[in-house]
Amino acid sequence: MTAPLVVFFVLAALAVIGAVSLILQKHPIHSALSLIVVMIALAGLYLLLGAEFVAAVQIIVYGGAIMVLFVFVIMLLNAGIEEHTSISKMAGVPGLLLVVALAGFVAATIARSTESIQATSQSGEMASTLGISNMIFKDFVYPFELTSFLILVAVLGATVLAQREKS
Amino acid sequence: MTLLSANAELIITVVKIVLLLFIVLTVNAYLTWFERKVVAHMQSRWGPHRVGPHGLLQPLADGVKFLFKEDPTPAGADKFVYYLAPLLALALALTGLALIPFGPDPIRLLGHDIYLGIAPPEVNIGILALFAITAMGVYGVALAGWSSNSKYPLLGGLRSSAQMISYELALTMSVVGVLLMAGSFNLKKIIEAQALHPEWGLFGWNVWPQILGFFCFFVAAVAETNRVPFDLPEAESELVAGFHTEYASFKFAMFFIAEYTSMITVSCLCSIMFFGGWLSPFPASWTFAHYLPSAILIPFGLWVIWDGIRYETLFGRIILPGVGTVIAALGAVFVLLPDVNHFIQGPFWLLSKILVFLFVYVWMRGTLPRFRYDQLMAFGWKLLLPLSIVNVIVTSFVILAKMTWWGAK
Repeated sequence: MTAPLVVFFVLAALAVIGAVSLILQKHPIHSALSLIVVMIALAGLYLLLGAEFVAAVQIIVYGGAIMVLFVFVIMLLNAGIEEHTSISKMAGVPGLLLVVALAGFVAATIARSTESIQATSQSGEMASTLGISNMIFKDFVYPFELTSFLILVAVLGATVLAQREKS
Repeated sequence: MTLLSANAELIITVVKIVLLLFIVLTVNAYLTWFERKVVAHMQSRWGPHRVGPHGLLQPLADGVKFLFKEDPTPAGADKFVYYLAPLLALALALTGLALIPFGPDPIRLLGHDIYLGIAPPEVNIGILALFAITAMGVYGVALAGWSSNSKYPLLGGLRSSAQMISYELALTMSVVGVLLMAGSFNLKKIIEAQALHPEWGLFGWNVWPQILGFFCFFVAAVAETNRVPFDLPEAESELVAGFHTEYASFKFAMFFIAEYTSMITVSCLCSIMFFGGWLSPFPASWTFAHYLPSAILIPFGLWVIWDGIRYETLFGRIILPGVGTVIAALGAVFVLLPDVNHFIQGPFWLLSKILVFLFVYVWMRGTLPRFRYDQLMAFGWKLLLPLSIVNVIVTSFVILAKMTWWGAK
C-alpha cells in the first residue's frame, strides 16, 4: 500500500465515522462537531487529489463560515439534548430499501467501470486556481453572474425580512 | 543507508517541527515578558524585575505556576468539548506558523536543501491555507465558551465568534489586492513580486500601493487575534475573563500560548505581504547594509555586558555578561564569515519586521481603550469591509489599465 492510499483510507474512514456520529450524537453541538470532521476529511481528500484551491475553500467556506454559523446558532438558542424517538416503520422500511438500492448502485458502477478505481491526481488545468478562474470567468461567466445575482437577491430578501420583524 | 536517505525528508521535517515548536514556545514565553516590560515602562512602572536579572526568569516561573495550579472542571461542563477547545485553539495557532517561510535560501546539509520553514516553499495555497486555519480558529473560542456551562464564558464565546466572523471578511478581502499584484497565493512568490525593482529598496514593497489594504488587514488581524482594542471577548469589566473564565492551570496557558502564537503569525503575514518579508529595506547596491546585523548585535551585546557587570545581584552579574558575550560573539561571527552573513540577511530582516509588529501590538495595548460592542460591529461592517472592497476594485482597475495601455504584465 502506497502512502497516498493509506492517507486516503484514513480520511475516508474519518469522513464516514464523522457522518455516522453526526446522526447518532444526542447533543446538537456534538453533531455539528462531527459534521466539521466530515468537512475537514473531505478537504483532505481534495488535497490528496491535487485540488489545493478547492480543499482550502472547502475548509474556509464549509468548515469555517457555515459550520461556525451552525455552532453559533446552537449556542445562541442554547439547544439542549435531543429527545430520541423510536424510528417509525414508515421511515424505517423504505429507508433500509433505499440504502440497499444505493449501495447496490454504487457497487454496480464500480464493478462495471473498465478503468481501475483509484485516487488520480487532477493537478492539471482543472484543479489549479488559474484553471478554476478561467472556467468561472471565461467559459461559464453568464451562469456565474446569474448565480451571483441570485445570491444578491437572497441577501436583499434576508435584509427585508429582518427589517420587517423589527418595526 | 538507503533507508536513511529515503526517510531523510521525513526526518528533516520532524526535526524542523520540533525545533520550530521549541523556538515558538520560548519566544511566546519571552513575548509575555516583553509585553509586561514595555507596557510597564509606558505606564512609568518597572514591570517584572524580581525573578532573575531584569525579570528575565519570570516566564519560567509563570510556566511552572501554570503547570502546578489546581485544574478544576466546572460542574455540568461538557467534558469532551471542554477539553477539546484549548487543544484546538493551540493546535490551530501552531499549525499556522508551519506555513510561514522564514528565509529565501536553503541550507545545504548532508546533500539536502533545508529550507527555513516547515512547509516546502512551493506550496501553492500558502495564504489560503492560513486563512483556512484562521477560519477554524473560531471554534476554540466558541466551544470553550459554550462547554464551560457558565454565563460569562457563554456570552464571551458568542461575542467572540460574532466578532471573528465579522472581521474575517475584511481580513480576506484586504489581501486580495496583494494577491492580484503578486498573481499567486504562494508566500514566497508574494515576497519575490516585491523585489522586482531591487534598487527601489523599501519603496518596492506592497505597503505603498496597498496602504489601504494594509490598514484593513492589520486592524482586522488584531481583531481576529482578540487583542486590545478588540479584546471584547475577555472584557474584564463586563465578562470577568470571557470565554476562558472557567479555565485554569495549563488549559488556560494553552489559550494564552495560542493567542501569542497567532500574534506572531499575524506579524509574519504583515511583514511578508506588505513589508517585503525577508527583503532588505535598502537598495541592493548598498552592500554595506549587509553588516547591519553585526552592527546591531555587537553594540547590543557589549551594552548587555556593561549593564550586567554593574547589576545588583550576583546572579545577574554572572548571567547578563554571559548573555551579552553570546550576542556579541554572534555579531562577530556574522562579520567574519561572509557566507553566514549572506545567509542570515533574509531571516534577520524578517525577524526584525516581526519584532516591530509585535512591538506595535504591545504599543496599542498600552495606548488604546477597548471598543464598545456596537462600535466594534459598526467599524467592521461599515468601514473596514467597504474599504477593503474599494481597495480590491481600485487595484484590479489599475492592474487592468497597466496591462491594456502600457502592455505591462
